[in-house]
Amino acid sequence: MNELVSAVPWLGKRNPMAARWLIIIIAIAAPIIAMQFGRSWVRILDFALLYMMLALGLNLVVGFAGLLDLGYIAFYAVGAYTFAFLASPHFGIHLPFWMVLPLGAAFAALAGIMLGFPVLRLRGDYLAIVTLGFGEIIRIFMLNLNYPINITNGPQGINAIDPIVLFGWDLSRNLQVTEDISIHSLYLYYYFFLACVVGSVIFIQRLQISRVGRAWAAMRDDELAAKAIGINTRNLKLLAFSLGATFGGVAGCLFGAFQGFVSPESFSLMESIAVLTMVVFGGMGNIAGAIVGAFALALLPEILRDVAVPMQQTLFGKVILDPEVLRMLLLSLAMILMMLLRPAGLIPARARYAHPENLHRIVNK
Amino acid sequence: MPTKPASPLLQLLNLQVSYGGIQAVKGVDLELFKGELVCLIGANGAGKTTTLNAIAGVLPLAGGEIRYNDVKINAIPAHKRLRQGIALVPEGRGIFTRLTVEENLRMGAYSRRDQDGIEADLEKVYTMLPRVKERLAQVAGTLSGGEQQMVAIGRALLSRPKLLLLDEPSMGLAPLVVEKIFEVVQSVAKEGVTILLVEQNANLALEFSQRGYVMESGKITLTGSGNELLADPKVREAYLGEVA
Repeated sequence: MNELVSAVPWLGKRNPMAARWLIIIIAIAAPIIAMQFGRSWVRILDFALLYMMLALGLNLVVGFAGLLDLGYIAFYAVGAYTFAFLASPHFGIHLPFWMVLPLGAAFAALAGIMLGFPVLRLRGDYLAIVTLGFGEIIRIFMLNLNYPINITNGPQGINAIDPIVLFGWDLSRNLQVTEDISIHSLYLYYYFFLACVVGSVIFIQRLQISRVGRAWAAMRDDELAAKAIGINTRNLKLLAFSLGATFGGVAGCLFGAFQGFVSPESFSLMESIAVLTMVVFGGMGNIAGAIVGAFALALLPEILRDVAVPMQQTLFGKVILDPEVLRMLLLSLAMILMMLLRPAGLIPARARYAHPENLHRIVNK
Repeated sequence: MPTKPASPLLQLLNLQVSYGGIQAVKGVDLELFKGELVCLIGANGAGKTTTLNAIAGVLPLAGGEIRYNDVKINAIPAHKRLRQGIALVPEGRGIFTRLTVEENLRMGAYSRRDQDGIEADLEKVYTMLPRVKERLAQVAGTLSGGEQQMVAIGRALLSRPKLLLLDEPSMGLAPLVVEKIFEVVQSVAKEGVTILLVEQNANLALEFSQRGYVMESGKITLTGSGNELLADPKVREAYLGEVA
């Protein structure tokens, strides 16, 4: 939170309290503002929150532990498909949400360990290649496991997935407060996802200053030295992969339930790259960075889609550049500008790894 | 000089290590007694660093035996060897560049839980390394080479080592700074820590050490007291740049 606060332009450093409230108000009011532009914008915000969770999880692996993972979306897929298998008419199983969510997280964590073991000795480019392959393997499995036994329903995907139901409260139905006033389902999802993101942030923040967080930081800076001071790098790498994957799995469960439909094409390599871009763009190794990066890069293409087409039509009378092409162009441009102007990301990492109470106050005597 | 106990603290028996497909260490025998400061000198690529890393447990053995306190420790992983008192200061210092100096030092006590003992040891390190104390809040990557080396040594001391493995502490440092580092090494030795020092700066290393080993292409070719080796014409020719 403090990092996020200090990142608010103009206000952050001068008046952190005001900046803090500003962020809270924005977070609460965002869907109400978005609704003014149409329902689809609230939906986009909901997805932005899911991306935030993914970026937070990937930041754990890439930013904290220094393990480049290009197949992260695979864990999202594992979570989403777990939910689809256990709560849809596909197998006729309808387990409740609060039972499937931990299962999805656990399966994703297991997948993380499965990926972790073979890549323990790999670093840098080689690690990236293997993780990329892993991501594709999972996607291709989802695509082809409809024959000889239909497990994943192949490219058609699984639909009619159960919505999120919390203690008998169905988030997919508008909440009827009185006869005239009802709260739209998209709001309900927004606030539920927001709570999940806040929970993740608190957990990750505690993790960062824990023994594990410090050991990851040491391992990331110098693996040999980390071993030399008694860090069990093997276990810590596995922990990074599995914990990161857990966040992916939880986000995947939420995604499946929210969208009501999963298919392999949601889990392409481009999605892995997109999440990684969010982490890098926001600032690696930094919770606030992951949040801002995810928010900016999830929203930007949608705004673009909305603005670019009408603008081209009024300017040239026709659409010259397809918004999808333009999106890639502008994303690349954003990355290049970032590398030139802010090479450490929008919010450079400046985290302390020790518990503040353990650090000596340095007094000049 | 302390009296030598009957059995050595560290014993290498026909140690062999392969590194990247090549056998870098081809049968090294070496003994280290409690309280000694012993150096291992040799040219580039002689296998000194590989030997040291194998003792610390960060490289697997291809053959032979490592005995510590008369127990074979071949199969013990690096993080457990540290808990038994074997600490390594890696080549090129290997400090955590993005953490502050104090965080670096505290990481040295990673495997310890005795908070009071850690604080006491920190104070000890501060008195031994006053320059480090001035820079506690600084990010370690911004320190000079000599200061980084001191941080690396201080960090290793925080694990309360019985055996300290120092890998080329003089590497890339100005002569004046090197001398300072060696003074620190000597004061650590005076505290009773047994030290195995790998060096290319043979002259200085031998001057400070009680005994030395000379390593050549993966094998020990000469051994003796520091002064003996300093006087040895072969050593003078090969490592001290003198023409016999």
